[in-house]
Amino acid sequence: MHELSIAMSIVDLACEEAEMRGAPGVDVVYLKLGPLSGVVKEALLFSYEIACQQTPLEGSKLLIEEVPIVVNCPVCRERRSVQSIQSLCCAICGTPTPEILEGRELMVTAMELRP
Amino acid sequence: MIVEPRLVEVRKNVLKQNDVLARALRERFREAGVLAISLVSSPGAGKTAFLERTLTLLHTRYKVAALVGDLATENDAARLARSQAPVKQIITGTVCHLEAAMVQNVLDGWNLRDLDFLFIENVGNLVCPSSYDLGEDLRFVLLSVTEGEDKPLKYPTIFNSADVAIITKSDLAAAVEFDEVLTRRNIQAVRPGMQVLKLSAKTGAGMPDFLEFLERLHPRSHRAAAVAK
Repeated sequence: MHELSIAMSIVDLACEEAEMRGAPGVDVVYLKLGPLSGVVKEALLFSYEIACQQTPLEGSKLLIEEVPIVVNCPVCRERRSVQSIQSLCCAICGTPTPEILEGRELMVTAMELRP
Repeated sequence: MIVEPRLVEVRKNVLKQNDVLARALRERFREAGVLAISLVSSPGAGKTAFLERTLTLLHTRYKVAALVGDLATENDAARLARSQAPVKQIITGTVCHLEAAMVQNVLDGWNLRDLDFLFIENVGNLVCPSSYDLGEDLRFVLLSVTEGEDKPLKYPTIFNSADVAIITKSDLAAAVEFDEVLTRRNIQAVRPGMQVLKLSAKTGAGMPDFLEFLERLHPRSHRAAAVAK
């Protein structure tokens, strides 16, 4: 379980961004999360609340957008989704596809700042 | 007074700090001509036994060193030091994985130019290490025959993050009725095209092939082979 240290990194990053913009605090942090990031959504949400305590983010919300794995299918020559994380094959033609384009995201995309 | 919009775009990786350090480490390894390889596996898959054997065998021909991460104790470093290779223990305390900063800190005082291979043994854990780039050139995931053929399907993220899979404890395969075909199929399902090697650190079976594989990877060994010819 490393979600607490990930949550603390999110809080640090958000505090830094808020301070840079002269905001006294943050209401919402938007996060993009890929299935290959190695981070579990539920554990992260639980850890986030703890990580926010006694920081300018206390009481803020973490909104997680879970994004799918996207691969470059060598046969279709297109961006494709996969059958599942246990089967990295093109969802359309079934070819095994090692080239991953998206799915490792662990990214703060936006924030709502407290006025 | 300028009123900033309440909603602001950020687009920053949460592990940016780790990624920046990892990139710097990778560059340092490249400049020094050392091949850095990290090992990940569940606890008890045989990382330390495998590494002890590897260091002992490589030590006669190459300059090798190892970093080994554990939550507590220096037992693994003591075991690995029997190989005569320089070894440093990273004690993570309560942290369940290594991070690039831990690797960077422990490298202080080491001249990487003196090394050919640097092995980094991660904490035994198939979940958390997958998120952290350590600056390694290659990540090996170890899977022992006693663990069950579906390990790759249960932990797809770490298998996907690795470059090479090593099936360990092959001497026990028959006793536990290990299904190698199924295991290889499962590995390919979560990481298509991944190279798979099978060996036993105890008996030495498969070690010569593994060493040959390692030597092929190392840029300096290519040069050495060319000179020898």
